[in-house]
Amino acid sequence: MLTRTVLASAVLACAFLAGCGSSSEPSKASAPAASSAAPAAALTVRDPWVKAADTGMTAAFGTLVNNTGADVTIESATSPASPLELHTMAMQDGKMVMRPKEGGFVIKAGATHELSPGGDHLMLMKPSAAIKPGDELSFTLKLSGGGTVAFTAVAKPFAGAQESYDPGMHGSMPSASASAHS
Amino acid sequence: MTVTRRALLAGGAVAGVGAAAAAGLAAAGSGRSEGSAPAPVPVSFTDIGTGRVAFHGPRQAGVTTEPPAHAAFLSFTLAKGTDRQALGRLMRLLTDDAARLTQGEPALGDTEAELALHPARLTVTFGFGPGLYRAAGLASPVTDLPPFAIDRLEDRWSGGDLLLQICADDALTVTHAQRMLIKDARPFGAVRWVQRGFRRSAGVHAAGFTQRNVLGQLDGTANPRDAAMDTAVWNPDGSTTLVVRRIRAEIETWDLLSVTDKENAVGRRMTSGAPLSGRDEFDEPDFAQLDDTGLPVMPDFSHVTRARMSDPRLKILRRPYNYDEAPDAQGRPDSGLVFASYQADIDRQFLPIQRRLAEKDLLNEWTTPIGSAVFAVPPGCSAGGWIGERLLA
Repeated sequence: MLTRTVLASAVLACAFLAGCGSSSEPSKASAPAASSAAPAAALTVRDPWVKAADTGMTAAFGTLVNNTGADVTIESATSPASPLELHTMAMQDGKMVMRPKEGGFVIKAGATHELSPGGDHLMLMKPSAAIKPGDELSFTLKLSGGGTVAFTAVAKPFAGAQESYDPGMHGSMPSASASAHS
Repeated sequence: MTVTRRALLAGGAVAGVGAAAAAGLAAAGSGRSEGSAPAPVPVSFTDIGTGRVAFHGPRQAGVTTEPPAHAAFLSFTLAKGTDRQALGRLMRLLTDDAARLTQGEPALGDTEAELALHPARLTVTFGFGPGLYRAAGLASPVTDLPPFAIDRLEDRWSGGDLLLQICADDALTVTHAQRMLIKDARPFGAVRWVQRGFRRSAGVHAAGFTQRNVLGQLDGTANPRDAAMDTAVWNPDGSTTLVVRRIRAEIETWDLLSVTDKENAVGRRMTSGAPLSGRDEFDEPDFAQLDDTGLPVMPDFSHVTRARMSDPRLKILRRPYNYDEAPDAQGRPDSGLVFASYQADIDRQFLPIQRRLAEKDLLNEWTTPIGSAVFAVPPGCSAGGWIGERLLA
């Protein structure tokens, strides 16, 4: 628990990026995939969703789509619902642990980047309230060029994605959790 | 990922000559007009898995849609404290799942995304029971049916606050949709009952062919058709109602009957489904016709005679599925009908028919209602909307 609190404040401390708010493309969760052929923002978020959670940390997923001919880097993300971190999963001492993604998420030119259980994800470090199934949460991605991308994600009941925040996070393995987040 | 996969599938289909035509047919069936339609070809089996039924629209799919081979009827009991706001969250989630799965797309967070890629004409239809309206603080347009003397209702097959009717031409597609929908529904309530049923598989005979039930009878001959179906089933706002009754077939005693006895009980020929007064299945029964002895050719106790409804506006749309569970140790079947009927108004259309059947219908000897539930079926929704939005938003 101590670890989580420390992490959360660390995130708050570095959430200094004021919104440069330009290119926002709200992506509706219920829109079927692959329907938009309209001139798109540099980055769109397809099929976003959040794992519902009564308490504690949880994660957001979706497909990041780079509609441009240049790489796009997501430096950070914010949400009114919780402090956020960009996380990735990595093998460490024979088990998968999550850790902050060094340098942010890089989406190659014209490519897609999956945020999924067991892979890269947006970690909600300390939701201020229960995230109930069917809730809709707002997110803003901050790009390295200064732009932002806003989207809304629906909360789904989901039993998986345990590995994203349980292993090594409990008191019995403080060193593992510390190393996973430093 | 799914787009890539779909493009791959389409590309693969176009590669073969026969399959190319099949892909064209599938596109036509799903409402995507591709400009130059290929010449009609016989249905090939490659169509069955890819067939899609539009989800969005002013009316829900799965009602007047030609029934596919497999169905699961899921009834839920809402958890205490599930209020209107929670119902809105529930229906947004379920609508999104249904909108994706019916189009062959995985649900959000789909743990077995591969199982979603063959929609096989999947439809998901939502019904709201009286309890859902109570939970939302709204007046219910439907009420439970009154008891009938023939009823032997069991709680485990009766009632429910929310109904999902899942239909597809493939049982595994139904299973996957059921799993995904239940996962999203269970924070809001408990599974009350599930009734799975089947009809003839796709391709066994032509679309529109009247089904046979486990008693061997053609079932659904008198259904309203075309414009008459529209007025019998739909209210102007795109809503309708659904009655689901589990009807056990007493096959052991039915087996004792001669063909003539069976035909007298129903009022139709077992082979052709023709009324006893006619020659072809769709001949209008002539209830005035007398035989040599001066008795009506259509016995007044027969099922067809008792259930007849000459005013097309008062007909009901029967959309039943057979069920067949494991026989007992003596080999006695546990089979029957998941009777499902759609009608604009239960009181005006369903109840008069049901009252007459309960009062006198020789077929009652071999059929026993063991479950019963009623649901209002709200209008459909457009893309971005959700089922029930006009009630619960």
